Amino acid sequence: MKEPTCETIDSLRFRITKRFGAKTVLQDFALEVRGKQFITFLGPSGCGKSTALNIIAGLIPATAGEVWIDGERIDHLPPEKREFGMVFQNYALFPHMTVFANIAFGLQLQRRPEAEIAERVQQMLELVQLLGYEGRYPGQLSGGQQQRIAIARALVLCPRLMLLDEPLSNLDAKLRIEMRAEIKRLHTSLGLTSIYVTHDQVEALSLSDWVVVMREGLLIQAGTPQEIHDQPVNIFVADFMGFRNFFPTQVVSVGPDRDVEAAGNGMKIRGKTRHPFAPGASVVAAIRPNDVMVGGDAASPNAFRAKVDIVEYLGREDEVIVTMETGGRLWVQTAVRLAPGENVTVVLPPDRVIFLPPEGYGGKE
Amino acid sequence: MRRSRTGEPSELDLLAIACLAPSLLYILVMFVYPFLYGIYLSVHPLKVDGFSLANYIAFFTDQYQYKTVGITFRLAVPNTIVVVAISLLFAYNMRRGIWLERTITTILVLPISLGVILLSQGILGFYGGKGWFNQLILGLGLLEEPLILTHNFTGVMLSLFMQQFPFCFLMLLGYISGIDPSIENSARTLGANPWTVFRRIMLPLIAPGLAIAFALVFVMSFATFPSAIMLGQPSGSTRTIAIAAYAQAFEMFDMPYASAIAVIMGLFQLAGLLLILLMRKRMVTAATMGVGKR
Repeated sequence: MKEPTCETIDSLRFRITKRFGAKTVLQDFALEVRGKQFITFLGPSGCGKSTALNIIAGLIPATAGEVWIDGERIDHLPPEKREFGMVFQNYALFPHMTVFANIAFGLQLQRRPEAEIAERVQQMLELVQLLGYEGRYPGQLSGGQQQRIAIARALVLCPRLMLLDEPLSNLDAKLRIEMRAEIKRLHTSLGLTSIYVTHDQVEALSLSDWVVVMREGLLIQAGTPQEIHDQPVNIFVADFMGFRNFFPTQVVSVGPDRDVEAAGNGMKIRGKTRHPFAPGASVVAAIRPNDVMVGGDAASPNAFRAKVDIVEYLGREDEVIVTMETGGRLWVQTAVRLAPGENVTVVLPPDRVIFLPPEGYGGKE
Repeated sequence: MRRSRTGEPSELDLLAIACLAPSLLYILVMFVYPFLYGIYLSVHPLKVDGFSLANYIAFFTDQYQYKTVGITFRLAVPNTIVVVAISLLFAYNMRRGIWLERTITTILVLPISLGVILLSQGILGFYGGKGWFNQLILGLGLLEEPLILTHNFTGVMLSLFMQQFPFCFLMLLGYISGIDPSIENSARTLGANPWTVFRRIMLPLIAPGLAIAFALVFVMSFATFPSAIMLGQPSGSTRTIAIAAYAQAFEMFDMPYASAIAVIMGLFQLAGLLLILLMRKRMVTAATMGVGKR
């Protein structure tokens, strides 16, 4: 059977503000994206990402703002007129209906002929690899199966925009990775436009064409997964993306290509930045634990003498905490087997060190 | 510690039984014994020695008595439908919380705390021939004659509604607001308008709660006694079966006959309950297109 592709949108554009009483949940949250992309709203709980998704779906009203699709303003439309598909964290299958009736629900509302409904439901069940389950009830399925049915139920209508609200959060780790791949496969093969909400940076990076990092109702950074991963704009995004080591320093000099040399707390450190810092500015140097090199030339730039404090076995690598002779603590992930008390040289490769503004929060300052 | 249900009784079971004993004893003494005694009494009429169905025969052959069954049904059935329907309307629309919810809920629930007698007195005063309600209507010139709302069928209906609505509303509100909102949200995104969501998704999910509400309100209405006396015509149009039983017991001092009437009343209540549960089952089956788990 040939997999169908869906008509999708060419562009989505919105700017929304949402307040619950005195609390501002979304402040001028704005985005403009092209169709056929996989977009992720990434942020910790309470950052407003799910609220934003629900507003786009039409399930909750925005306090102010607009949502435009292909040049048509849609924020006044009720959810049933928007032709979006939505998948929820807790699956939200209709517990009193069989798998078949769940998937057929939307098609029945469109008064499609019985034969067409039966065929398309079969097609969807095949697509989510649950052929033969049409007579079961949701309560008889595992969490992963329920979520696949929920996805099939949304996809059978060929939604012009697919919204996924933390769809994998209730699944166990192994299933999550499987389902992640499946969601990406369906997105690509059906030619969908998807918005995916998650607090898991691995999900965001692996699935997305475009990642939107949010915090407390504000858009902090939007970009490709590579940009977000390699060039976080501030400490908040860096922390979210796995930077663990932060050293407050002052800029000494800025070279071409925004190469920065900085000093502070008895250490001299070189790295890169995306910000236009001037000499003398307070900055924070940041590096990921697995970018730190253990051993090497003690005379090379960014090399420090250090003493091993704690070693945690992680399998292929160890997680090590060392105290540098400058007094700072450093998290290191390394395949080099170290023992507590050992003296080592650690090198922070200059192309792996980034400099960030000292306050990580608020995004737009 | 978990054991299978088929396991041998353990010390824990004995302890559990020991702990339950006082309440079991209470139920036996205060409910089971009087109940069985009532049945025994009903088949041992005053004027007959030994077992006899004379009381039951007397009830169903005396028009003055068997008419009470019809009267009680005529009160209980419409009242149950009205109470449950209005409770459902309120509870469904308040399921996601509303503005001033606590205040409104308090006002709706207040009648529970007042008791039937005070409530009935209030209704008599307010809706009576010289009550504020009629004075307002006459004062505004809306009607020439006062509306007769008390000491008749309407009065009893009013009183029953005010007693039972809070119970029923609270029960349904708890039931409906317990349903995961994302279920109806997903139905909306699949193209269902609010009415379709109610009919195809929410109503089948609410059905079990609705059946319980119907059952409880019906049983309460069927047993109505103080309202029927205070706000109705206890010797005429609202002579319910409970009044008939009371009259036999405390006016005629014929306890066996009164017991027989009480048993008859219980049987009709039971029949009503069975009918409601049967309808619930059919309703869910129709909505799900097949019976299965849940």
